[in-house]
Amino acid sequence: MAAHGCSYSALLLIICSVSVFIVADSQDTSLSGGHHAAAVEDNPQAATEAAGKTSEQPAVEERSWEATEVEEATLHEAAADKQDTPAPETEAPSPVPQPKDDFQEELVIRPLHSGDIYASFQFRTLWETDFMSGNKVSHYRLFPKSLGQVISKFSVRELHISFTQGYWRTMQWGQPFQPAPPGAELWVWFQDSVTDVDGTWKELTNVLSGIFCASLNFIDSTNTVQPSASFKPLGIGNVTDHRFLRYATLPREIVCTENLTPWKKLLPCGSKAGLTVLLKSEKLFHSSFHSQAVHIRPVCQDWQCKTTSWELRQTLNVVFDLHTSGQGKREWSLFKMFSRTLTEACPLASSSKIYIDITDDPQGELFELSPATPLLSQAMVLGDRRTFSVYDLTQPVTFGTVRSLNPLIRWKSSEGDMLRPLLHAERYVAGYGLQTGEIHTLMYNNHPYRSFPVLLLDTVPWYLRLYIHTLTVTSKGKDNTPSYIHYQPSKDRLRPHLLEMLVQLPPNSVTEVTVQFERALLKWTEYTPDPNHGFYVGSSVISSLVPSIVAMDTNITMDRPLFSSFFPCKEESSFFVRVYTEPLLVNLPTPDFSMPYNVICLTCTVVAVGYGSLYNLLTRSFQIDEPSPGLAKRLANIIRRMRGVPPL
Amino acid sequence: FDVSQSYKSHLRNCVNSGIRGSYQYSVVVSSPCFSFDCVVSSHSYLLNPFTILSCVAKSTCGLNNAVLSLFILSTVKGNVLLSAIFLSLATYQSIYPLTLCASALLYLMQRQYIPVNFRRASFWWFIVQYAFMYLGSLFVIVCLSFFLLGSWDFLPSVYGFILSVPDLTPNIGLFWYFFAEMFEHFRLFFLCVFQINVFFYTIPLSIKLKEHPVFLIFMQLAVISIFKSYPTVGDIALYMAFLPVWSHLHRFLRNIFLVCCVLLTCSALFPVLWHLWIYAGSANSNFYYAITLLFNVAQILLVSDYFYAFLRREHHLCYGLYLKRKDGSEATLVLK
Repeated sequence: MAAHGCSYSALLLIICSVSVFIVADSQDTSLSGGHHAAAVEDNPQAATEAAGKTSEQPAVEERSWEATEVEEATLHEAAADKQDTPAPETEAPSPVPQPKDDFQEELVIRPLHSGDIYASFQFRTLWETDFMSGNKVSHYRLFPKSLGQVISKFSVRELHISFTQGYWRTMQWGQPFQPAPPGAELWVWFQDSVTDVDGTWKELTNVLSGIFCASLNFIDSTNTVQPSASFKPLGIGNVTDHRFLRYATLPREIVCTENLTPWKKLLPCGSKAGLTVLLKSEKLFHSSFHSQAVHIRPVCQDWQCKTTSWELRQTLNVVFDLHTSGQGKREWSLFKMFSRTLTEACPLASSSKIYIDITDDPQGELFELSPATPLLSQAMVLGDRRTFSVYDLTQPVTFGTVRSLNPLIRWKSSEGDMLRPLLHAERYVAGYGLQTGEIHTLMYNNHPYRSFPVLLLDTVPWYLRLYIHTLTVTSKGKDNTPSYIHYQPSKDRLRPHLLEMLVQLPPNSVTEVTVQFERALLKWTEYTPDPNHGFYVGSSVISSLVPSIVAMDTNITMDRPLFSSFFPCKEESSFFVRVYTEPLLVNLPTPDFSMPYNVICLTCTVVAVGYGSLYNLLTRSFQIDEPSPGLAKRLANIIRRMRGVPPL
Repeated sequence: FDVSQSYKSHLRNCVNSGIRGSYQYSVVVSSPCFSFDCVVSSHSYLLNPFTILSCVAKSTCGLNNAVLSLFILSTVKGNVLLSAIFLSLATYQSIYPLTLCASALLYLMQRQYIPVNFRRASFWWFIVQYAFMYLGSLFVIVCLSFFLLGSWDFLPSVYGFILSVPDLTPNIGLFWYFFAEMFEHFRLFFLCVFQINVFFYTIPLSIKLKEHPVFLIFMQLAVISIFKSYPTVGDIALYMAFLPVWSHLHRFLRNIFLVCCVLLTCSALFPVLWHLWIYAGSANSNFYYAITLLFNVAQILLVSDYFYAFLRREHHLCYGLYLKRKDGSEATLVLK
């Protein structure tokens, strides 16, 4: 009995020790996770300790996977706590430990004068880690791991990728918050440590092609260029060696649900909570214009810019048409646009707001907005001071008694003129036939008295051979010589033409840039399966600092809505604008695709005719032609030979 | 016209050195005045519509033709150094005149009475001299280009371009459509075949025509103009300018009427079918390609016809004009 008792107590002891061990292990895990998070916090402030920290990072690496899950759960509660006391992330150093990652979401709705409505989603994730000093990061919280690994593996300093369906009509809709050309566009600034930029670019495009389910693997040296003046970095950084910049565009790329789904997966809340519940593809793709983009860049954390963090901005711009989505009625609501209403903000977001542009209707006689909201905000966007009604989704009072938010904009009258956009561009192909043509680019400067310079970037594929000696730039009928021209000629099947020009646009005028080209005949395998559709030429990019009518406020520390802080500006009286022209569709002469075998046979026949006749003449000589005797005589000769008698 | 003059003098020498029969004389001298023949030859180049077309197109073909003509002139005059220099200039512009080396060597050796015999030292010594002059001037010109440009990039861009045919713009030759429709797997093979085809006729033609180097030059020029990778009508004009020199072969030509008709028709149809394909859009590339084929077949027939006539005339010079069979009836000559 005592032995039994001993064994029972021993068993109990073992069980107790094991349970204690398990509990201690889990506590240890959370403790070490917290320790690691504290270590990450210390990192920006003590970059020199990073070397010491790396030693303990591999040790906690194994545990960090669990730490992630535990951390997210605790963060969920922490975020819920933080909603009551939002701590602005641009404060001066405070004793309270700053939030490690920050996520903000906003939606801007702007009714357009043509009756359409423009909705722009912006999601910003700030990630405080430092890649520049070569740390290997393995801890991801709000920042998506796929993009973080892409940044670290390919030493990317800035990455901008956009997928657009449709063309932005500047004259009818004004300027967009984030311009994008039709199709796919990708431009990347690499860090100085990259030795083989072209090889890294190739790998990067293939990896991004997998992440976004897009055919970015078609980006190769024949459509990649290295602009020398456009596409300066949008984040911080004083290195502007253009050897590390690559720009490529795929105008033929089609955007569909397959591209939207991985884009939504990069968001911390996924498509479950917050503003992303509105992003349903059946309504989003039933629109005139739809553009989704991802922008990654390093930004300053505070005014002194002592530390940097990574900013990931995901933007989605969509314009709903009055007649196809609006059924002709000038009345828009969230439900009509997205067939969803909002019930809650994303719990991981530090701020979640909806802005409705009511600048054109200050007294409320043009359209009516319901439910009413007391919050108003003013912001300088695109050179204009605009007023917005704000719905703050982090406040439960916004949702009202029905616990859902569905702002409704009902138009009362359809008067009013739109502010004409100051910079606008068009492009078309002139000429007839399949041999030559002419590209015309028109740039409109609608400012009444100010002229400003624009930088025009043109990428033309190699199979349209440009005659640069026919390049002319005319404004108001007179020659307008660009002050800076950078031209890189194409090489067949290797690289495209690159033309960059700095042109001064006189006030209130149209500037026309024309260049003639010749079309090449390609090998039959180089044509697309629908060769008579034509070949796309990517959009021209026109970048410029446009003088604004209202003075701008450049104090960047103030809390500004996301949509007004995308492009950094230094001057007070001008704002940065990038305009994309239409892509061109050009027909090339085609060979007959059913004829390869026939062509080979016929051409080889002709060569053989030549060879045969020359061979005959070279190897044979002239002889007198003795006619052969008739059949009877030949038979008689045979018999005679057999008999041994001389022949006839 | 210097060429035709010297050739006529050569023929007269042959006749005077004792080839039998007065009826041979009628074969040899068919035109009353030699200078008339020379004027005809120069006019047939200058007034050739093909030459005028290449001038209207502002093509550099005229310069190529000029260098080749200077080469032929200096060869016929017997100036070895100038002949080597002009040939190297012509080779520097496009690689194909390299094949004219053999004909120039044969003519110059004939003129200096060096027998063409592999066992003779004087034969090899002359070849070494000529090769040295030719390769030396070629090397000098290429190095001058290098110093002008500062890099060797021009070698693949110029000669690599001629040999590898990357540009498939339609022209009057056979290459463009062939390589536009080529299976990628066989591209290199057929490229080599087509390029070898141009250089390949040098040795057989030289062996057959070693006593007639001027006709050899004509044959080589014709073969280059037909089978080069980017032929133009200016190249055709050059070898057509030589045809009046062999006006005495007209009685032996067999297909001249057919060839003339086909050449005229194709020349007229080229712009029509080009317009229909590129501008009107009612025809496709096969139409233009067919005319290209026909044009090249006509050229090949023309050249082989003249070759046949030349060989036949040589045979008649040796064996008599009116040949009889064993039984005394009139004989027909065939190639066997």
